[in-house]
Amino acid sequence: MKCRTCGQKAVVNMRQHKLALCKDHYLEWIPEQTERFIEKYNMFTREEQILVAVSGGKDSLSLWDILQRLGYQADGLYICLGIDEGLKYSSESQRLVWKFAAEHGLKLHIVDIQKEYGATIPQIALKSHRGRVKPCSVCGLVKRHAMNRIARDLGYDVLATGHNLDDEAAVLFGNTLTWSGEYLLRQGPLLSGAPGLARKVKPLCRIYEREMLAYALLRGIEYIYDECPFSIGSTSIYYKQILNKLESDRPGAKQSFYLSFLDARKSGLFAEREEIQAELHPCPNCGQSTSAPGLCSFCRMMSR
Amino acid sequence: MVKLILRNQEYEVRPGMTLLDALKKNDILPEAVLCTRDGELITEDEILKDGDVIKLIAAISGG
Repeated sequence: MKCRTCGQKAVVNMRQHKLALCKDHYLEWIPEQTERFIEKYNMFTREEQILVAVSGGKDSLSLWDILQRLGYQADGLYICLGIDEGLKYSSESQRLVWKFAAEHGLKLHIVDIQKEYGATIPQIALKSHRGRVKPCSVCGLVKRHAMNRIARDLGYDVLATGHNLDDEAAVLFGNTLTWSGEYLLRQGPLLSGAPGLARKVKPLCRIYEREMLAYALLRGIEYIYDECPFSIGSTSIYYKQILNKLESDRPGAKQSFYLSFLDARKSGLFAEREEIQAELHPCPNCGQSTSAPGLCSFCRMMSR
Repeated sequence: MVKLILRNQEYEVRPGMTLLDALKKNDILPEAVLCTRDGELITEDEILKDGDVIKLIAAISGG
């Protein structure tokens, strides 16, 4: 297979785009695509301060790499979750993030959940109803809260995460199976900011997970390959496998699923976003926006 | 023979087939992995040669 641009041997073939590229042209193509989506969805400008949530995985480290290559002002935020039983997942992730930041001369903020809240994610999960079976839901809630707080307290304009198209399609698939209207309304490349809530963007939301892996490998980005021990057997991975089966038989199916959803919402299939935003209330404890009056989900969980 | 390695699992296929056929034969979704030979990424149309060791790198992550 040959590179469509130069005719040299291709290293990545993207069936959904009918496009194969060599290493050099692939490493140009991914940042070009990312820039295209940043502009298309009005995510941020080069004048704004971006906080990138980096986990040590291929997607978030690659996003940070791409943004700095494109000339954006992007600092990193690593949240230490304290998941260190067995393979030392959090310690190794933190080492890789720190190494990447040091090698590229980038500014990195590190938040240690145990130091901030007195307990690690597995410990918080054990005490809460929502984390009794698996800590993933607690982990997501704590991370979202911490990311919002740091972005707000340090004055960042926008919070960027490394969610790729497979992540987005899997979430969409889950929410469609249950017709979770409120979640469907919130899902998208950009979530506008509100008082107490940072604007959130997903610059990689149109790029397949496999393509992000290829970018990380070809750029020589050292990332944590092992899964979080708690994610094994998770629903999101199961949905990704189902969608990849579909993609194998019908190239472009994942992309079409996600993009058709965005188009349908834009054309009015779902309610307008303003209806949700009008219902946001500040949490009396932390000040972050929440959909119902009273304490937000995070503060409710931590108060128990 | 040709060896495919995915995490801790090994698969063996006959030389002469394409990488895509080798993946399908072992029920590995091509969309879920990238394939390397001698540390270099290769595409799924590659014809596998006797003695090739193909390391598969899982793309799926999350939780």
